[in-house]
Amino acid sequence: MKINVTVNGTSQENEVEPRLLLVDYLRTVRSLTGTHIGCDTTHCGACTVLVDGIPTKSCTMFAVQADGASITTVEGLKQGGQLHPVQSAFKEHHGLQCGFCTPGMMIVGAALIAENTDPSEDEVRWAISGNICRCTGYVNIVKAIQAAAATTREASRQPVSVG
Amino acid sequence: MYPAAFQYSAPRTLEEALSLLSELGDDGRVLAGGQSLIPMMKIQQAFPAHLVDINRISGLDGIREVNGHLGIGALVRHAALASSGLVAKNSSMMAAAAPWIADPLVRNRGTLCGSVAHCDPKGDWNSMMLAMSAVVVARSKAGERLIPIGEFVIDFFTNSLRPGEMVTEVRVPKDGVGGGGSYMKLERKIGDYATVGVATHLRLEGKGKIARAGLALTSVSSHNLKVTEAEQMMAGQTPSAELFAEAGAIAARTCSPDDDVRGPADYKRAVVAEYTKRGFQKALQAATSA
Repeated sequence: MKINVTVNGTSQENEVEPRLLLVDYLRTVRSLTGTHIGCDTTHCGACTVLVDGIPTKSCTMFAVQADGASITTVEGLKQGGQLHPVQSAFKEHHGLQCGFCTPGMMIVGAALIAENTDPSEDEVRWAISGNICRCTGYVNIVKAIQAAAATTREASRQPVSVG
Repeated sequence: MYPAAFQYSAPRTLEEALSLLSELGDDGRVLAGGQSLIPMMKIQQAFPAHLVDINRISGLDGIREVNGHLGIGALVRHAALASSGLVAKNSSMMAAAAPWIADPLVRNRGTLCGSVAHCDPKGDWNSMMLAMSAVVVARSKAGERLIPIGEFVIDFFTNSLRPGEMVTEVRVPKDGVGGGGSYMKLERKIGDYATVGVATHLRLEGKGKIARAGLALTSVSSHNLKVTEAEQMMAGQTPSAELFAEAGAIAARTCSPDDDVRGPADYKRAVVAEYTKRGFQKALQAATSA
């Protein structure tokens, strides 16, 4: 089947089999290997991407279902050569060890901050409850997402320069 | 992991979908949220020949009020139920349960109607639908059937839909005055199946006696289990801790849990008894505070 999917702002037409999973489309057809396959059974959240802005497990959706959709993967988080606040905060606060769950965690973190720039620890933990990390014990992931939210809040308080 | 190959259609209208399902018969399978169906296809437990993806059909994602019920459309996601003002106002049980369905990412895509049709005995929604006596709206090219949930949930992953039919809506009675419910779910971690789930609902008559009690269980039988004996025993009685404990005892001996990785059967029975008692207390609070 022919599909046209916009990934990180770039649209492309591809011929795919209906059973091709979105995660494999991203990794093999679009060569974006930042999105990871962890459990492949809808449990771990390592494959999370934004589908029209909504965090979605890309191992549990077919690529044909994304025809016409706009997808954001971890590669699409940075803007204008600048790391997304979530990416900087994960680096700063050591929000990862092995890094396998990190793409999913950062996508979910970015989606949370887009809705709520002042999430409590509980709200962050609730938001990432579909994402499993086997290294960190989550402490620094939570810290990083809260720090990224704080950075985003600060940035929105900067006076807008006029003229 | 890959599913077996299948044909795929994404109709734009309900009529088109119903025509396709009618032509396909047993080969057709509706794809809504896909959060149960796709994992089952990936582990080769489901082999639909032709998926009819309904996600591009508009008008199926609404929650509406219809004849004292909430009508939940086929594309209403769990996340939409968790954040719905209509649900919060009219169904204490669904409002309590929606945030505990699966995990936040699955809730973004999975649907109530899909879960109801799937009939997984470890699925949460069908216990609630049984406790509240919901009605399933099934459409086919031939027309519409209203199926009481008790006649819809047949057995292990088995519903009473006919070939060519699909679920377009599930209608859940509103709590109204004197009505209230709860859903108690024990799970090892977020996103796991319930070790035990207990759905309880009470409707009180003017003088505070129980006009109707609803009780159904998750994960402790080959299908979501309505505990009719306890429901009948409670009807006409005055709510009390003793009555709720008696209902719990009936529920515990009616269910048939397995020993598995989530715990031994006797432990699950003990949880059923306790959660039934606690669940009815919560239902009573909801029914009397409304």
